[in-house]
Amino acid sequence: MSEDIGLWGVPLAILGGAIRVSTPFIFVSTGECLTERSGRINLGLEGTLVFGAMSGYAVAYHTGSPWLGTLAAAFAGLLFGLLHGVLCSLPRVNDIAIGIALMIFGTGLAFFFGKPYVQPVAPHLPAIPLGFWSPLPQVQAALNVNVLFLAGIALAFATAWMLKNTRIGLTIRVAGDSADAARALGIDVNRVRLWSTAAGGALAGIGGAYLSLYYPGSWNEGISSGQGLMAVALVIFARWNPVNCLYASLLFGGAGALGPALQSVGITSGYYLFYAAPYVLTLGFLVATSSRTRALPSAPGELSIIK
Amino acid sequence: MSMQHAERTASAAVRAGFLSEATARRIETAILPLAALLAGMIAFSIFLAFLGKPPLDFYLLVYKAGFGTAFSWTNTLARAAPLLLAALCVALPARLGLVIIGGEGAIVLGGVAAGAVATLMPGLPGPAGILLMALAGALVGGLWIGGVGALRHLRGVNETIASLLMAYVAIALMNHLVEGLLRDPASLNKPSTAPLPAAWRIGEIPGLGVHWGLAVGILGCILSWVLIERTTWGFAARIVGGNLRAARIQGLPAGRLVIGFTALGGAFAGLAGMFEVAAVHGSANASLAAGYGYTGILIAFLARHNGLAIVPAAILLAGLEASSGLIQRRMALPDATVLVLEGMVFIAILLSDTFQDRLKFLSFLERRQK
Repeated sequence: MSEDIGLWGVPLAILGGAIRVSTPFIFVSTGECLTERSGRINLGLEGTLVFGAMSGYAVAYHTGSPWLGTLAAAFAGLLFGLLHGVLCSLPRVNDIAIGIALMIFGTGLAFFFGKPYVQPVAPHLPAIPLGFWSPLPQVQAALNVNVLFLAGIALAFATAWMLKNTRIGLTIRVAGDSADAARALGIDVNRVRLWSTAAGGALAGIGGAYLSLYYPGSWNEGISSGQGLMAVALVIFARWNPVNCLYASLLFGGAGALGPALQSVGITSGYYLFYAAPYVLTLGFLVATSSRTRALPSAPGELSIIK
Repeated sequence: MSMQHAERTASAAVRAGFLSEATARRIETAILPLAALLAGMIAFSIFLAFLGKPPLDFYLLVYKAGFGTAFSWTNTLARAAPLLLAALCVALPARLGLVIIGGEGAIVLGGVAAGAVATLMPGLPGPAGILLMALAGALVGGLWIGGVGALRHLRGVNETIASLLMAYVAIALMNHLVEGLLRDPASLNKPSTAPLPAAWRIGEIPGLGVHWGLAVGILGCILSWVLIERTTWGFAARIVGGNLRAARIQGLPAGRLVIGFTALGGAFAGLAGMFEVAAVHGSANASLAAGYGYTGILIAFLARHNGLAIVPAAILLAGLEASSGLIQRRMALPDATVLVLEGMVFIAILLSDTFQDRLKFLSFLERRQK
């Protein structure tokens, strides 16, 4: 049956879009949150995301298992994170600039090795049909929830808990708030930051695998258009709190779904402007939450972008 | 560096009758990027060798396609023109300590502005049209990147993230305008603005076969160098970049410098887009987003944000990118090969910062005196 639900399709499509589009944001921003809480910023996650998408797709294609693909993407992301962490451990090497270089390097490597995988079809990650109760196909489509989305929610809460309540979390926070205090406590600041960046990279890799293995669900060179970077900006907006990162990701997913949702009900004139909505929104949030005169509340003290 | 130290070094060098501190520094500043370039190329050679591709063939092809013949030089220099201007968009703000990576947005919108001028008043004579396009391109580019500087100064918004986000917005804006308001109904397959009147097209530098954008780009680099190294504004900018608090205490207008230098960089990038439209494509369309803004980042870092050093760096990268087609055909490598090499060189360049002031062989004279 195809009942016409008219304009109700728009909020429904935005809800569905928020669930589908937000997942990579959740993984990348939670990972970046971890990295930034340790006192470093990794702008290279855009490159990690793209490389994760490529490697995940390639491995899933060869092995037939999307989960192995996701694992491979996480491993690739881990390596990129380690590279960032090692390079930034050297004196006078700027973490923002290294991030830009890794953005170019990661994207380049992904395009280089990904050329043969543009055509083949890899198996997708499974989804759970939570909309089974509804007779409306639109509702069913909107509530078709991927497993990684649920894992991302759990991850955000677990990371927040870990940062607050565990010894590892405390170590990361001390390294991020005051390198001197951390050294006085006998903490190897560079090592803490190295592994925080590596973990952040691994999560970004998973976010990439979601892009190529579920939604949009194919590998091509335009798979990410700044999602990795937006996720980094989102961490600032979320005030370095993983649970806030989750909420912000959902908001961004909804904004990203605005264009296609309006298109589905026949509004096509400003397509490209709606396409720009998430970027404008990110920028708006950055402007609203930044301040010239006072340090941002709850920002890690060692973070170079707020100094 | 303290005055005492400088004096001690200077006298040591005078006694040794050899290197002065300034010369030693200058040599080091030149050697480090070259060594980093070489290291990046070696790392890339290893990468190629692992894939069973002969690295030597690769570099020979780059030389052949980028610099081997008069024709390849023409091609390389035509590509260098927008890269020079794009690199200035990174280098000028960098002297104030700002990392702007969204020059692509200013290039794209500068080109659209030029196309819009041609669409709105095609009746103007050639020289007036060209001047107006240049002004429009520079103005839009300057406002776009100057806006990033203003956000940084007034609201403390991180300029790196903001500029890249705005580059995505700029490309969406270009698509919106080129496929809507400014679209030439005759452009069917590739939505474009109306073709420029023939008299508005910018020609070639006589005897070189390269459009005038190259001359403007080189002039821009020289003027930027003079501005930074030889004027009080440049001096003030370097102080702001070195220590913002000290600059404020000195009463330097940090805000005006930040907005002014970012706007100037953006104006150069906007000019790059205008030349792409007026000298290369003949109308504004999606070809404007060709990635020049991103290559410009690497060029500026390779040149250590020095205007004069940008010229050879831009020509080198232009030659490399010009050789991409031949490399794809001859070596069966994907088009992203050049991007991988650029990434490796970029990492090596940043890594070389860690060796600044630590090259032992340059300070051996001083040490021997002690």
